[in-house]
Amino acid sequence: MNPIIRFQNVTKRFGALTVLDNFNFEVQRGEKVTLIGPSGSGKSTVLRILMTLEPFQDGLLETDGISYHEPNGRGPFKASEKHLHKIRCNVGMVFQSFNLFPHMTVLRNVVEAPVAVLKMKREEAESRATELLRMVGLSDKKDHFPSQLSGGQQQRVAIARALAMRPRVLLFDEPTSALDPQLVGEVLGVIRDLASEHDLTMLLVTHEMRFAREVSDRVCFFDKGRIVEQGEPERFFSNPQQPRTREFLSSILGEQEPIRESISCAR
Amino acid sequence: MMYGYAWDTTTPLTFAISILPILGIGLLVTLKAAAVGYAIALVFGLVLALLRRSKIKIVAWTVAGFTEFVRDTPLLVQLFFLYYVLPDFGIVLPAFMTGALALGLQYSAYTSEVYRGGIDAVPRGQWEAATALNLSRLHTYRNIVVPQMIPRIVPALGNYLVSMLKETPVLSVVTVLDMLGLANMIGERTFEYLVPLSMVGLIFLPMTLICSALIYAVERALPKTGIPLR
Repeated sequence: MNPIIRFQNVTKRFGALTVLDNFNFEVQRGEKVTLIGPSGSGKSTVLRILMTLEPFQDGLLETDGISYHEPNGRGPFKASEKHLHKIRCNVGMVFQSFNLFPHMTVLRNVVEAPVAVLKMKREEAESRATELLRMVGLSDKKDHFPSQLSGGQQQRVAIARALAMRPRVLLFDEPTSALDPQLVGEVLGVIRDLASEHDLTMLLVTHEMRFAREVSDRVCFFDKGRIVEQGEPERFFSNPQQPRTREFLSSILGEQEPIRESISCAR
Repeated sequence: MMYGYAWDTTTPLTFAISILPILGIGLLVTLKAAAVGYAIALVFGLVLALLRRSKIKIVAWTVAGFTEFVRDTPLLVQLFFLYYVLPDFGIVLPAFMTGALALGLQYSAYTSEVYRGGIDAVPRGQWEAATALNLSRLHTYRNIVVPQMIPRIVPALGNYLVSMLKETPVLSVVTVLDMLGLANMIGERTFEYLVPLSMVGLIFLPMTLICSALIYAVERALPKTGIPLR
């Protein structure tokens, strides 16, 4: 089966700084992949490129068979809005800082795009949104505004909002990094539930090593714009091969001792 | 005698009271000019601000150049230009429309900067979330950016309303009979300028105070996060 995501020799530069250097990476349909690594190693850039938030300079990229280049060869720098629109239909993203629309109620946040983009009827979109909000444990908050919610609740709304667009690929960019420690568990609980859906492809950038070990099919360690080491989580964490990986894991695990209990989402 | 109202110059007080109805007619012209000019400034300023963000460089640069030019040249020069030069190109507008247009153009250059600042102040994460949800550019502006920027720009836009109201008397130089124009005519006929001109100043004061109060009320009524959408 064809991979749902394929990076081929992708190079991404910010000015003189090369963030991704001839980057090759494939993700299979339904696979849950965690990207870890020090900050500035390029892992978030991978997600941002996939979400069309950043262009790249060289190489090829495909999601679900759609190239980020237009068929006539125009690069991602110049791809038309129409083409970018097609790419984004398959991809959704959850941000570190939630990025909910502060002037919209929780319900409106979730139905806005399905109504505007998928041309869904408002009532239908609202009943689906209510269902999604129930799934993330927030059905009683649908008429609240984001500022009335805790960080963990806001992030759960953001997950529901991304899911409402029925993405095939869902990207999580450090979804718990902006949260108070006691709120991390409820968000991880929701992501864990999602990970059991075998159709959904998930890419997760995180520093929660224990969680990565628990939910992912594969862990990729990034350093300086390359994947230094990757593998199935049990082997990856118990027996890392590369010295750089060992060094990173011991530094970050040392910090996270005692490892945080991830509590299942209350519902 | 003007508009059927005679003046009484026996004392300054009777003079002031007797010309009040005449100045009232001028006040209506002044308010109308400010209203039309401000409407132009609000709408055209937004158009300028959006065009300036266009991805087509030539459009963005042309608009930036136009905005800079209009901001950096005196209103009076623009007014004379529109009034005396446009007819050479076959465009003849009534004096009132020319005046309102000049005010509107000058202030749309100012408001476009206010809008630009307002748009820039919407956090990048909001744009990114809109992109991630595949919302179109138009939809993003209409439902995400504009509702959030309005509370931020109301104070600055309000200042320009007050400032524009105070600048409407320049219209009298192109024969518009606003308050100042009428006060001048009264002066020419009675050789008595002190009272009519002071009255014009006095009438402006409550007008600008009312405007400021209205703006403050609007400012207070708007939620800081933006126009709520349910």
